[in-house]
Amino acid sequence: MTQYMIRRVLLAIPTLLLMLTVVFVLVRLVPGDAAIAILGDQASAESLAAMRSQLGLDQPIHVQYIDFLAKAATGDFGRSLATGRSVLQEVAVVLPYTLELTAAALVIGAIFGIPLGTYAALHRNLWPDYFSRVLSLIGLSFPAFVSGILMLLAFAVHLRWFPVIGSSGSGVGDHLRSLALPALNLGLIMTAYITRVTRSSMLGVLNEDYIRTARAKGVRPGALIRRHALRNALIPVVTIVGLYFGTLIGNSVLTEIVFSRPGLGRLILGALNARDYTLLQGLMVVFATFVIFVNMLTDIAYGLVDPRVKYN
Amino acid sequence: MSITSEIPARQNALWLAFRRNRLSWVGLALLLVIVCAAVFAPLLAPYDPLEQHIINRLQPPSADFWLGTDTYGRDVLSRLIYGARVSLVVGFVAILIAMVIGSAIGILSGFIGGIFDRVVMSFLDVMLSFPTLLLGLMIAAMLGASFENLVIAIAITEIAPFARVARAPTIALKQRDFIEAGRAMGFSTPRLMGLHIFPNMVSEVVVMGSMWMASAIRTEAALSFIGLGVPPPTPTWGSMIREGFENILDSWWLAVFPSLAILMTVLALNILGDALRDAIDPKTRAE
Repeated sequence: MTQYMIRRVLLAIPTLLLMLTVVFVLVRLVPGDAAIAILGDQASAESLAAMRSQLGLDQPIHVQYIDFLAKAATGDFGRSLATGRSVLQEVAVVLPYTLELTAAALVIGAIFGIPLGTYAALHRNLWPDYFSRVLSLIGLSFPAFVSGILMLLAFAVHLRWFPVIGSSGSGVGDHLRSLALPALNLGLIMTAYITRVTRSSMLGVLNEDYIRTARAKGVRPGALIRRHALRNALIPVVTIVGLYFGTLIGNSVLTEIVFSRPGLGRLILGALNARDYTLLQGLMVVFATFVIFVNMLTDIAYGLVDPRVKYN
Repeated sequence: MSITSEIPARQNALWLAFRRNRLSWVGLALLLVIVCAAVFAPLLAPYDPLEQHIINRLQPPSADFWLGTDTYGRDVLSRLIYGARVSLVVGFVAILIAMVIGSAIGILSGFIGGIFDRVVMSFLDVMLSFPTLLLGLMIAAMLGASFENLVIAIAITEIAPFARVARAPTIALKQRDFIEAGRAMGFSTPRLMGLHIFPNMVSEVVVMGSMWMASAIRTEAALSFIGLGVPPPTPTWGSMIREGFENILDSWWLAVFPSLAILMTVLALNILGDALRDAIDPKTRAE
């Protein structure tokens, strides 16, 4: 098992290297001059030249590439052009807000999604099943900003249950109140996803021989579902939710923008408006690293919960 | 050859999808409404979507303006109808480009195999590790906001999934007798890949295309909402929602109607994609 974990961690290294290469190439494939894109086409020749040398664009391409990799290896993903702070510093400031939001959404998704999906699978092709299937399809069809705006309109503007603008007070109550709507927005999309995945996974498990055996030897239905079926059905759910992480980040970015919450979403929007391309490039690297890291953890977790996974 | 024996079985999938899954009729009906709105926009729209009536700015829904007017006094219903064009065309063209390039990469990679396949697959894995929205956002931001750039940005985000879908059946198909026979008859590799491998997976690829068109339309709306979509004054649902968001405290209709339009479109495509996928997936078909 330890060997498997070490191998899986080592496997992430070429992936990270390749990812950095893709970002590097992608940024340089874009037609046009990065310096002009940043300073605008009215900029003087001297300031353009200064910007190019600041970005290292006056160096030969292979020097730029090696420099980029060497810096990334030490955790230096560049500096924000607007604030002068390093990308990691910028991310570190807002990351807790985004993590809080995504964690809350995952909890909401698990609390509602797993029972709903299980219930639907047990009542296959009956009305609870149809109901949950239609609901989860609708939930999955919402772009996160659309559902966010509709919720904002209904609960904050119309019913006035929640503040329209993000964190207002500093107390715990205010904090929770400002977290509630964004978390619910992201959580409902997550619920739709987890319901769907749990249902199909449960359906697969319920057809297994060991369930029939357990039933035949007289295991009570409740214990059968909880101990025999659900435990096995949740294994693929963990993996699939792990794979969903990239989409979750995208959704939380949109949710943060709609609810004016501090976080990665606002950081990205700010970088876009300030034409802060080095920050954007750095953010791409940071996000992709996150996703690769989560995929790695998911694989390892899969190995931990499912003893049938072969470590070779 | 086996090509002819395989395709008819798959074509029934379309029928199967509609016979077994009654919900798919709802999806089809919704999609038809939206497509008709886009095609017949000039006939259906009560006003010019760009015409400004400053006197009538920010009117709530009424008999004259069914869905109200925006900050420039433009008719929301007319803009909504014209907005369907942008969403559908951007989504469709982006997916078509991604489908062609992605399938070509997937087939090539699976057919050639070996180290080439491994390198291509790891590149695809890396592409998949970028969150779709952020990748699209980054590319669109660097290219600048325009219709073509938006299509390119969205297409790039969807290439890797198509390549994956095309690669798996290629590996299974290339070992089949009819490919071996083709090789023995001296067919060139491009001919084998294009005329003998591709037709056998076209249904899978198209079904995935209908599912991912939903995600392309969602990405388009999100990018427009952020301000990276087709530039104004062209009406797009995402930019209409952006405007509604800025006036959320007093003019609810600006955000609500385009929101419902996006939801309806994505839902219709998701329902259809789901039904089609169930129909061609042997695992669910057997049940």
